[in-house]
Formats: sequence, C-alpha cells, structure tokens
Amino acid sequence: MLYREAGQFKTTYGADQQIFPILQDRLFVLAVILAAFLVVPLFASQYLYTEILIPFLILSLAAIGLNILVGYCGQVSLGTGGFMAVGAYAAYNLWLRVPELNNLVVVFLFGGLMSAAVGILFGLPSLRIKGFYLAVATLASQFFLDWLFARVKWLTNYTPSGSVAVGETSAFGWKIDTPAERYLFILAFVVVATLVAKNLVRGHIGRSWMAIRDMDIAAEIIGFQPLRTKLSAFAVSSFFIGIAGAMWGFLRLGSWEPLAFDINRSFQILFMVIIGGLGSLLGSFLGAAFIVLTPIVLNQMPGWLGVKLSTAMISHLEFMVFGAMIVFFLIVEPHGLARLWSIAKEKLRLWPFPH
Amino acid sequence: MLGPFLETLIGGLLTGVLYSLVALGFVLIFKASGVFNFAQGAMVLFAALTLARLTGEIDGREVHLANFVVAAAILGTALAFIAWYAWREFVARGGGPAEGQRMAILAAVGALIGGAVAWFYGKGAWPLWVALPATAAIMGVLAYAIERLVLRHLVNQEGIILFMATLGIAYFLDGFGQTLWGSDIYKINLGLPKDPIFLFENVFPGGLLVEPGDLVAALIAGLLVVVLAIFFQKTRIGRALRAVADDHAAAQSVGIPLNTIWLIVWTVSGFVALAAGVIWGAKLGVQFSISLIALKALPVLILGGFTSVPGAIVGGLIIGAGEKLSEVFLAPILVKQFDLAGGGIENWFAYMLALIFLLFRPQGLFGERIIERV
Repeated sequence: MLYREAGQFKTTYGADQQIFPILQDRLFVLAVILAAFLVVPLFASQYLYTEILIPFLILSLAAIGLNILVGYCGQVSLGTGGFMAVGAYAAYNLWLRVPELNNLVVVFLFGGLMSAAVGILFGLPSLRIKGFYLAVATLASQFFLDWLFARVKWLTNYTPSGSVAVGETSAFGWKIDTPAERYLFILAFVVVATLVAKNLVRGHIGRSWMAIRDMDIAAEIIGFQPLRTKLSAFAVSSFFIGIAGAMWGFLRLGSWEPLAFDINRSFQILFMVIIGGLGSLLGSFLGAAFIVLTPIVLNQMPGWLGVKLSTAMISHLEFMVFGAMIVFFLIVEPHGLARLWSIAKEKLRLWPFPH
Repeated sequence: MLGPFLETLIGGLLTGVLYSLVALGFVLIFKASGVFNFAQGAMVLFAALTLARLTGEIDGREVHLANFVVAAAILGTALAFIAWYAWREFVARGGGPAEGQRMAILAAVGALIGGAVAWFYGKGAWPLWVALPATAAIMGVLAYAIERLVLRHLVNQEGIILFMATLGIAYFLDGFGQTLWGSDIYKINLGLPKDPIFLFENVFPGGLLVEPGDLVAALIAGLLVVVLAIFFQKTRIGRALRAVADDHAAAQSVGIPLNTIWLIVWTVSGFVALAAGVIWGAKLGVQFSISLIALKALPVLILGGFTSVPGAIVGGLIIGAGEKLSEVFLAPILVKQFDLAGGGIENWFAYMLALIFLLFRPQGLFGERIIERV
C-alpha cells in the first residue's frame, strides 16, 4: 500500500502476533467494518439488501467454509449444497420443535453443529481416497442429502414436496424482520465467523491443515495425524457452511425446498473459492462478490444497451458469458482475485518511485 | 420373480452402456491430458442439439432465426478474433510456415462451414448421412477451439484449476448450444423400430421385454469400444496417445507434439459425445437435461478408474444394473420401512455403490495403482 511498516516497532509478542501487524491495515479494516454497520444502513434500499448485500454476506460465509476445506486443507469437495441443506433443515427443525427457544443465534449454531457432524461422517472417505476420486465421492453426500430432505417426511414436517417456511424470528428478544435488521444480524455473524476462521487458519490447527494440503505423506511423517487433521477440516468447514445454509434458508429465502441447495449451489460456491483465491479469506469475499454481482449485471445488460431479448435468450447468454468469464479469469490469474489484490499492494508499496 | 429380475437387469445393463459411453469420453481426456473434463455432458448436449436441429423439422423456424442471427454474430466475432490472433502470430514469426497460417486457414474454413450451415439451415432438414459428418466436423472445430483458447493457456496448472476451466466450458457450451439451436425438446429419428421385443417367451411367462433402441445403442457402444481399442493399440497416433498418458514430459522429449495429441483426444471424445448424444437423444428426446448425464457418468468413472477404458465399460454396466435393481427392489422396502415420500434412490445409490468399492480399491476397479512418494 501507500504506507509501510517502517517505524512501527513491536515490543511485545502480543503485538507481533496481531492479525494485522501494520497500524494502517488495522484502521482500514476497522473503517470497513464500521462503514458496513453504520454507513450502509443510511442509504441502502430494499433491493440492495435482499438481492445483493444479504446473498453476498451469506455466500461469503459459505465460501469461507469451503475455502478452509479446499484452500487450506486441500480436500476438494463438491458437496457444499448438501451441507448447507443440513444446516438449514436442522435449524428449521429446532426452531419448529422447540418453540420456546426462538433465538436465531442458538438455532443457527445448532444447524452448524449438525452440519459439522454430517461433515465428519462424509469426510471419512477422505482418509482413503484423494484428489478427483474424493471430489466425485463428495458428490455422493450431495445427492444423498438432497434425496434425504426431499423424501424423509419428518425432516420437513410432513409438508408436501418438502418445502418449508419459517415465520417470526428473533434473537435475544430482538425481532429480526426488516431487510435492514436481517442485514445487520448477518453482518454481525459473518464478522465474528471471519475472525474465528482467521485465527483458526493462522494457528496450530490451520498449519496442520496446510501441511496436509501441501503433502499429506510428509505431514504424517512429521507428526500430524491425517485422521484428526482431515476430519477437523471437514468439521470446521461444514460448521461454517451449515450456518450459512441456515441463514440462507431463514433470512434470505424465508421458505425453501431441497432444490435451493442442489448441486448448482455447490458449484457456485466452489467458483467463489476458486475465482476469489484458494487459501485466502479475503478471496472468499471477493469471489462471493464477483459471483453474486455478475449474474445481476448480465441480467440487466440487455436493458441498459437497449436490446430486447426474450428471457430464455437472456438466460442462455448469461450462461455463455458466465462460462467465458470463468475461463478468462482462470487463464489471466489462476490464483484468483486475492492474488491480484496482493500484487496491487506490492506495486503500491513502491509507488510512485518504483526504483 | 426371476422374470422381472432379469428384465430389470437387462434394462439396467443397457442403460449402463450409455453411461459407459459418456464415461468413455471422460477417460479419454483424463488419460491423455490429466484434465478432469466436466464439460463432457455439455458436449453430449451440444452434439445432440446440433444433430437434432440439422436433421429436424423446421417448424418454429422464425422463433429460432433471431437466436440464430445472434449466435452467428457471436461465432463470427470469435472466428474473426482467431483470425486476427493468427495473423498477428504469423507476422510475428516473420511470415514463415507458422501455425498462425494454419490457424488462419482453419478459421476461414470454419467460417465457410458456418456459412454453409447457415445456408442449408434456412433451406430445410438435412438427411442423416449429411448431418452426422457435419456434426462430427463441428465437434472437431469445437475441440480445436477448446484446445487453442483454453487448455493451451493453462498448461502446468493444478488439476483443480483445469477442472474449474472445464466447468466454465460446460456453462459456456450449455448456453451456446441453446442460443444457437433453441431450447425446446427435439427429436432425433434414427428410423429404428419402436415396438419392444419379447425374448425367451417359452422360458418365462410373458417373456422379457427389451427395447430395440437400447439394443442398437449397446451395439454401437460395443463397436465404438472395439474401434477405440484398435485405435489405441494398433495405430501410430494411438501409441503416441498412450505415451503421453504415461508421462507428458517424456513423451514431449521424444518429439510427440502435446498440443496435437490434445487436439486429437478432444476431437475423439467429441465424437464419443456425439455417439452418446445421438443414442440418448433418440431415446429420450434432446433437451437440456441431457447435459446432466455427466453426473450419472461420474460414479462410473470412480468405480472403473479414471484411466481405464475397460473400467468405464464394466463400471457402466455395474452402475446401470445396480441403479435399476436398487430402484425396483430396494426402494419399495425403504419406502415402506421408513415411511418415505417416494423412492428415487437411483440418484445417489450409484454414488454410494462406487464409494463402497473405493474404500477397498482407492484407484477404482481397473485404475492404475497410485504410488505415492514423498
């Protein structure tokens, strides 16, 4: 950036281990968070909340979860949608069956925990199989969970076609109803979750994930147990994904059916992780922003250009442009948007006197 | 009991052959380039759509004419871009007999073919014997475009990046095919008898019901496998392909051009996609859901092993049979036992079956043994 660490001396270990060791970085992140909490509600419209900000935040959380598994631990998973569904339906069942406990925080955490349990179960094959074999094996969880929620009547409270709806929601007596309230609630959740994730990945457990990712046999030899490491990655990842799924159901959709969490959702979130940048939390946010905004822009494009096209045509063109953009991004920067950001930062350190 | 069982089994095996066909396309590409090509399903859809529209009735042409114009414009832009790029390369290399020249010629040929397609498309339906080679040619052009515009720029990237790129290609092709040819349900008429055949009527009461279309499909698939086996084992190109599959760097060092090999592989798997598309299209009609059979082919792949052609065939048969048998015999029991809202377990049963196999043989049934060293 335009500033550098010169002159900032650290005198304690605590200061040395901060997440953002440079003062300006700390201030910048703090400013962004404050702006998100205080400034955005001043001008945001209903559309901005429900179509852009809320999906962006929830999917960012899901992308962080998947990034822990794919980017940090190196286990490719195509079952994200299924784990989101577990979170959503577990949260729904707790909310429905224990009405005294109408507290979204508890409900969401329960969804996350259930999802983590299922994640551990479906993570077991990762101990035996690797790479693309594992990726395809995780599809088993996706299809099985899809089927489970469509067919087992108890889970959907005996509603036809498995579609469920939630009514009034609140947390600690705060009724969460309007889009602005939902946004703030989700934002608080995502900020805390990101902080937790950041600390996890830079701590001992995160390092063990990265060791397994870089070479699992070598990691085993230096003393990381593959069982514990891989399953903990599956558990933590599914926990975040489950919370995101519960949020998606409760606060984005309100009423949903298993189709909301089908395989396209899995691919969508994997795209976010890859385009954003593997092994980068910032990348999860950038990727989510990209994937959420692109279809909206593409959808509006013909209208802006004054071209009249049928809706079917627009959706086909959307597919095309979306696919082409993904390929383009992968070719230009296979390490994702996060890498572009860090390149820009490196350049700016020396700017305007590069030599 | 034996009668229905055998009937289900045969039905499952015949469906399994179709899965094998799609899986075969995956295996070819994975073997030769290590790319896990998720776009295989989209290629099947694209091939089927192209063939269906070339041979099909021309009712509703006005509706699709607008689509066609837009698509032609996009295609033209793409071709112009290739031509420009080729010209630049040509000039940069001092005008020698560079690849740029070949590309320019190819782009021109592509434009000509595009023009011809457009011309004839307006005139009416093509007979099958014209449309089939034309579709094959289009698949070849497609393979070239994929190799030139995507894969070549992603050499030496990690597997997951390449996989993601093929997902992008899949999205693009799904959109492109439907933009070009419309998204209704089309029919492919191969002129096969429709009436079911009854086998062994003297052994079982009522005999075994078999669709003739399925039998033809199985025949085509078998033929294709034999041809591919000969191609791989006996021809010079086949030998080169096997060398590349074994070791990219070593193959390159003895003078095998990787790019050409990739082009060939993608073209061949384009042809396989065409065969799969024709058979599926003739059976179920050509529609978007065809591209989803890629998902059906994935358990076949992990069961048979990513690198094994016979594995794809045997895996397909096992998955096809297992899927149908489970749906007919296991699902009712599950529904009754757990009070489910319907069966439909065939969606995941194949995956579970493959997963169980994998726990015992992580490289699949016929896959090469994975040896890891630090």
